[in-house]
Amino acid sequence: MTALSMTGDLWIGDTPLIRNLALDMPAGRWCCLLGVSGVGKSTIARLIAGLPGPQRLDGALSTDDGQPLAQRVALMAQGGQLLPWANLVQNVTIGARLRGEKPDTARALALLEQVGLAGLEHRLPAALSGGQGQRVALARVLIEKAPIVVLDEPFSALDTLTRLAMQDLAARLLKGRTVVLITHDPLEAVRLSDRAWLLGPQGAQDIALPQSTTPRDFRTPEVLAAQAALLSRLHQDMACAG
Amino acid sequence: MRWLNYAPIRALIALGFALALWQLVVWVSGVPRFILPGPLRVGAALWDNAALLWEHARFTAVNLLAGLAAGIALGVVTALNLALSPGARLMLRPVLIFAQAVPVFALAPILTLWLGYGAASKIVVVMLVIYFPVTSAFFDGLMRLPAPLADLALMMRATPLRRLFLLQVPHALPALLSGLRLAVVYAPFAVIIGEWVGSSRGLGYLMLMANGRGQTDLMFAALFCLAGMSLLLFGALEKLGGIRS
Repeated sequence: MTALSMTGDLWIGDTPLIRNLALDMPAGRWCCLLGVSGVGKSTIARLIAGLPGPQRLDGALSTDDGQPLAQRVALMAQGGQLLPWANLVQNVTIGARLRGEKPDTARALALLEQVGLAGLEHRLPAALSGGQGQRVALARVLIEKAPIVVLDEPFSALDTLTRLAMQDLAARLLKGRTVVLITHDPLEAVRLSDRAWLLGPQGAQDIALPQSTTPRDFRTPEVLAAQAALLSRLHQDMACAG
Repeated sequence: MRWLNYAPIRALIALGFALALWQLVVWVSGVPRFILPGPLRVGAALWDNAALLWEHARFTAVNLLAGLAAGIALGVVTALNLALSPGARLMLRPVLIFAQAVPVFALAPILTLWLGYGAASKIVVVMLVIYFPVTSAFFDGLMRLPAPLADLALMMRATPLRRLFLLQVPHALPALLSGLRLAVVYAPFAVIIGEWVGSSRGLGYLMLMANGRGQTDLMFAALFCLAGMSLLLFGALEKLGGIRS
C-alpha cells in the first residue's frame, strides 16, 4: 500500500491553475477530488499518472515508501481509450498484451460479466452505448494490479442504478489500493471517499464525510445529509467561480 | 428497377452507352480505321488476337504483380522502421522527400540500361513508383496515433515494439489502404512505361508495335486488356478493404 502526497502550486504552461495544493492521500484509501469544470482535476490525474503535457507541479508529489510513482499507477481516463478495432475482451486485456505478459482472458471475461456486459464480449466498441463503453474501460482498469488507481469521472455516462452498482463493484475490487477518484457527483463522493477535497484556484478545501465505512449505503440519513451539504457547497462554489 | 441498385450493372449500362456513341461517331464521321477503329472492330481484334493478347498480358500482369508486391513490402517495412526509430526518421525522411522529388518514371530508361530488356527492369520501375505513396501513407497513419491511445501505451508501460504492432499498426491500416489505392492506380502506368522504354514482350510492347504497323484496332484491344487488369486490381483491393471494416 502506498500513500501519496501532493503539495505546491499547479501550473499549465505559464498560467497558475491551483495554488497551495496540499493533498494527503492515505494508503489504501479512496480520495475524491471535486470542483468546477476546468479547475484542474484531470490535470492532477495526468500528473499522478506521469503522462506528458503542459502541466507542471511547482512543489512535490511523493509517496510514503519513497519509491517513484512511475509504473505503479493505473489510470482510467475520460474516454477515447477503447481500441475501435478490438473486441471487448481484447480491449480489457490490452494492458497485459502491451507489456508482453500473458493476457488473463478468464479474468477479463469475469470482469466483463461483473460490469454487466456478459454476452457482448466479442462485440466491437462501436456497437456499444456510451455507458457500456465506460464499463469496458472500468473493467480494463480493474484488471490492472497497480497499487495506485486514478479514476477520472469513471461513472459519468451511467444511469443512476448502474452507477450505484458500479460504485459498489469498484469499491470491492479496489479494496486496499490507493484510489484517486475525480467526480462531479456529490453522492458518489460521499459514498466512496475516505477523504474528499473541493478544488479551487486558491487550493483544496476539506470536505466533511460520514464516519461509516465505504461504500456507504445511499439510504442512510447521514449519507443523504452529507450529499445535500456537499451539493449546496458545490452550488456556492460554482456561484463564486462564475 | 431494383437491379439498378447494383453498381456493376449501372457501370455496364454507362459503358454500353459510351461504346454506342463511339460506334456512332465512327459511322457518321467516316474516320479511317487506322485513325479510330469503332468498338465493333476493336472487339473483333480482341477476339482474333486472343492468344497473342493473352501471352503478352500475362507477361505484363506478372511483372505488375511482382512489382506491386515488392513495392508494398518495401514500403511497409520502411514505414515500420521509420515509426519505430527516431534515428531512422532523422536520417531517412529527407532522403525520402528527395526521392519523391525525382520523377521515377523518368528513371525507366536508366533502369532498362542497367537491368536489361527483361522482366527485372519493369518490376523495379513499378516497385520504385509505388514505394513512396505506400511508405508515406502508412507512415503518416502510424505516427498519428490518437493522444488517448498514446497515453494508454504509456500508462500500460508498453514496449515500443508492442505499441507499434498492437496500437499503431491497427490504427494505420485504413491509411495503408489509401496508400495501396494510389499504388494500384500508378502501377499499371509504371509497367507500361517500363515496356515502352524497352521490351520485346508485354502489352506495352504490343501497343507500340501495333501502333507502328497501323493496327490501331489491336492497340485499342491491348488498351482494353490493360484497363481490365487495373479494374481487377482495384476490385481486389476494395474487397480487402471491405473485409477489414
